[in-house]
Amino acid sequence: MKKIKYSEITPEKIYNNRRSFIKSIGVTAGSIAMSSLPFAGNALSEEKNKYTSYKDITTYNNYYEFGTSKSDPYINSQNFKTKPWSISIEGEIENPINISMEEISEMFVSEERIYRLRCVEGWSMVIPWMGFSLSKLLSKVTLTSKAKYVEFESIYDPDQMKGQRYPVLNWPYKEGLRIDEAMHPLTTVVTGLYNKKLPNQNGAPLRIFVPWKYGFKSAKAIVKIKLVEKMPTSSWMWASPREYGFYSNVNPNVDHPRWSQATERIIGNDIFAPRVKTLMFNGYEEEVASLYTGMDLKKYF
Amino acid sequence: MKKYLKPSVFILSLFPFLIITYKIFFNQLGPEPVKEITHHTGEWTLIFIILTLAMTPFKKITKLNFWISLRRMLGLFVFFYATIHMLTYVVIDYRLDLQSISKDIFTKRFIFVGFAAWLLLTPLALTSSKKAMMLLKDKWKKIHRLIYIIAILGVVHFIWLVKKDLTEPLIYMAIILVLLLFRFKFKKV
Repeated sequence: MKKIKYSEITPEKIYNNRRSFIKSIGVTAGSIAMSSLPFAGNALSEEKNKYTSYKDITTYNNYYEFGTSKSDPYINSQNFKTKPWSISIEGEIENPINISMEEISEMFVSEERIYRLRCVEGWSMVIPWMGFSLSKLLSKVTLTSKAKYVEFESIYDPDQMKGQRYPVLNWPYKEGLRIDEAMHPLTTVVTGLYNKKLPNQNGAPLRIFVPWKYGFKSAKAIVKIKLVEKMPTSSWMWASPREYGFYSNVNPNVDHPRWSQATERIIGNDIFAPRVKTLMFNGYEEEVASLYTGMDLKKYF
Repeated sequence: MKKYLKPSVFILSLFPFLIITYKIFFNQLGPEPVKEITHHTGEWTLIFIILTLAMTPFKKITKLNFWISLRRMLGLFVFFYATIHMLTYVVIDYRLDLQSISKDIFTKRFIFVGFAAWLLLTPLALTSSKKAMMLLKDKWKKIHRLIYIIAILGVVHFIWLVKKDLTEPLIYMAIILVLLLFRFKFKKV
């Protein structure tokens, strides 16, 4: 899966990036593992708790296109067709393109990126994704001066996606980022996990992952990336604007109206493991806080 | 035959408790074990509320009195499962972190109504004995009508915690409303 392509011009830079990612994430993941195991100080158990298991990552999903219960996506997505697949990049750009999955895997090298995932429901995972920065994909097009936001659109195919036969959300699933958020190196185009092809229930063949935002901001099975001038309305904003804002940054100080965001449960821990404190921007404060300088994060939740 | 009815219902009513105990000891709770216990006990609390409320209509429909002999026991199982549910949240999930818990109770409406429902259940459980019944006379009936309010609070608690798909809580709501409507109808006749 993790081949280095000759077409890639700067493999060394990517390699270095990769090391720095692992370094910055590794510290976070390690400290979480430690705080979740108050009585276990040995290195072995710490190591074991670092990543969420492949089984949990691939059987405990929020992916309403395949059903609203956590086990539905795994059960209902096994026959989902991800070939052929192409993504159109359009909107406020000089040169709209349609790019196939094959072209994407030729053009971009996926590297291992270990990020924490914090769900708005109060649970979290540590996931070894495979992917590359979205900014690299967007560098293939020329933005106009009106490209202020990016809108992601997931596939609409009720024949294959059971959940889309019901108006649970406003289909197709839409999400969005401000252009500077989209260009941030942490914003990732995901193509795999655990060194394997991305499973259908995790958003195959291609999804976005934004580590400092609640999980629902990371749209799955993307077919369209649209550059727009006005702030897009995401599916969840549409469903409940009071509960889900455009930014949806992980923030322990801003509660969801119905539940607290101060703490979280780590998936895979046993029933005696305590909740752990949720970190500002999901632990990526150093990397992303400058994007929001001077903004009232309570107002722009 | 009648002799075995109550003990059999008692043993059957313990099954949800035995299932969750089994899951705890054999590590069958899945990726979010605390949530699993909370949901399981919460769901069974609602089911026992429905069963308790169903006994009077069943008696009227079938014209058989034995349903009423089960009502108190089923009601006590409501309290039993509601208490485990509440304790799971307070002790296992929040580890007696009273500051966080009280903040939740007063700022999160679904926790507020859930906690209120549990508080209202306690006097019913405490006055469930025959002795209390005789001591309180007319008042006993009034106190125990609280179960109607508790049923509504319980299902509202469920509706308010669900993120998007309301199917399940609305089914509970519909059943409870039908059972409550029975009270109206029979009172007027």
